[in-house]
Amino acid sequence: MRFGFPRWTRKQDPSARAAKERLQVLLAHERAGGPGPDVFPELQRDILAVIKRHMKIDDDAVDIQMERGEGQSSLEINIELPAARG
Amino acid sequence: MEQDRKAGKVIVVTSGKGGVGKTTSAAAIGAALAQRGHKTVVIDFDVGLRNLDMIMGVERRVVFDFINVIQGDAKLSQALIRDKRIETLSVLPTSQTRDKDALTKEGVESVLSELRESFDYIICDSPAGIERGAQLAMHFADEAVVVTNPEVSSVRDSDRVLGLLQAKTDRAEKGEAVKAQVLLTRHDQARIDTGEMMTVEDVLEILAVPLLGIVPESKAVLRASNLGMPVVLDEPSAASRAYEAAAARLDGEDLEVRLESDRPRGFMQRLFGRTA
Repeated sequence: MRFGFPRWTRKQDPSARAAKERLQVLLAHERAGGPGPDVFPELQRDILAVIKRHMKIDDDAVDIQMERGEGQSSLEINIELPAARG
Repeated sequence: MEQDRKAGKVIVVTSGKGGVGKTTSAAAIGAALAQRGHKTVVIDFDVGLRNLDMIMGVERRVVFDFINVIQGDAKLSQALIRDKRIETLSVLPTSQTRDKDALTKEGVESVLSELRESFDYIICDSPAGIERGAQLAMHFADEAVVVTNPEVSSVRDSDRVLGLLQAKTDRAEKGEAVKAQVLLTRHDQARIDTGEMMTVEDVLEILAVPLLGIVPESKAVLRASNLGMPVVLDEPSAASRAYEAAAARLDGEDLEVRLESDRPRGFMQRLFGRTA
């Protein structure tokens, strides 16, 4: 039971706080310009080109994953190398 | 579930009017179908104003999008984001930076036919309006869920959209029908009881299409969007039960449409056995 307190002293619903935090992280990335729409396709092409100079790999052997965080973001690049023959 | 021979079904979630709950409904129905064990993907067609990623909580993981795939800059498998909560659920986000002209009919068709090969259900989350984006979202649909609020402008727009579904889609051009059903959202029984809000029967009488479900106005919907959680994956609520039932009906189950409520039934209601 709660009485005698004005509205603003009430605790914010935790889900509202989660919404604000998610928006802050996302909009910080978006407003910073973030990587433009062509960054990832170009990055992928460049990575493929570099690796192809040294070994034979498929065009779809590159898998790029991203996790945008509050303090830092991580970019995970997986390259599937051809199985050794023999 | 045999997946090899079956071609996936494309279902568009549309409405004409904005803000009636399309994205919430697409996310909830997609997640509910995935929970039923079907491989399901939800696609955002709202190019330039992407929001499905936020509603489904994958916004931090978008690398490639629908437009990158259409333009040949990424493979479909690279753009699909697997949900971390349900194995059978994926999201195909759209681009935040391009405009609607980046979508082409041929591009949409080829992405959808590729998805049909590996998914059981492909849910297209349409942008508001009846322009290009909305028409492309519905163009290759086998079925449509028309999200409607019991309110005059929403019902009118739904009627427009129902007309387009039977005139401007691929199926319509081939002389086949798109199976369209109404999903009534933001339903408020208290306001219906006082005569302030049109009843379900009123809306159905006007639109003359079958009812897929009734989603009551529920606090759970805002909570789920705050958390980035399709409403059916959050704690049980009237809204989650309503979406689960709607998904079951889409999936071919013969379930009677019930009016779910977040409030426990009152003494008088129990006494007189009222259910709705």
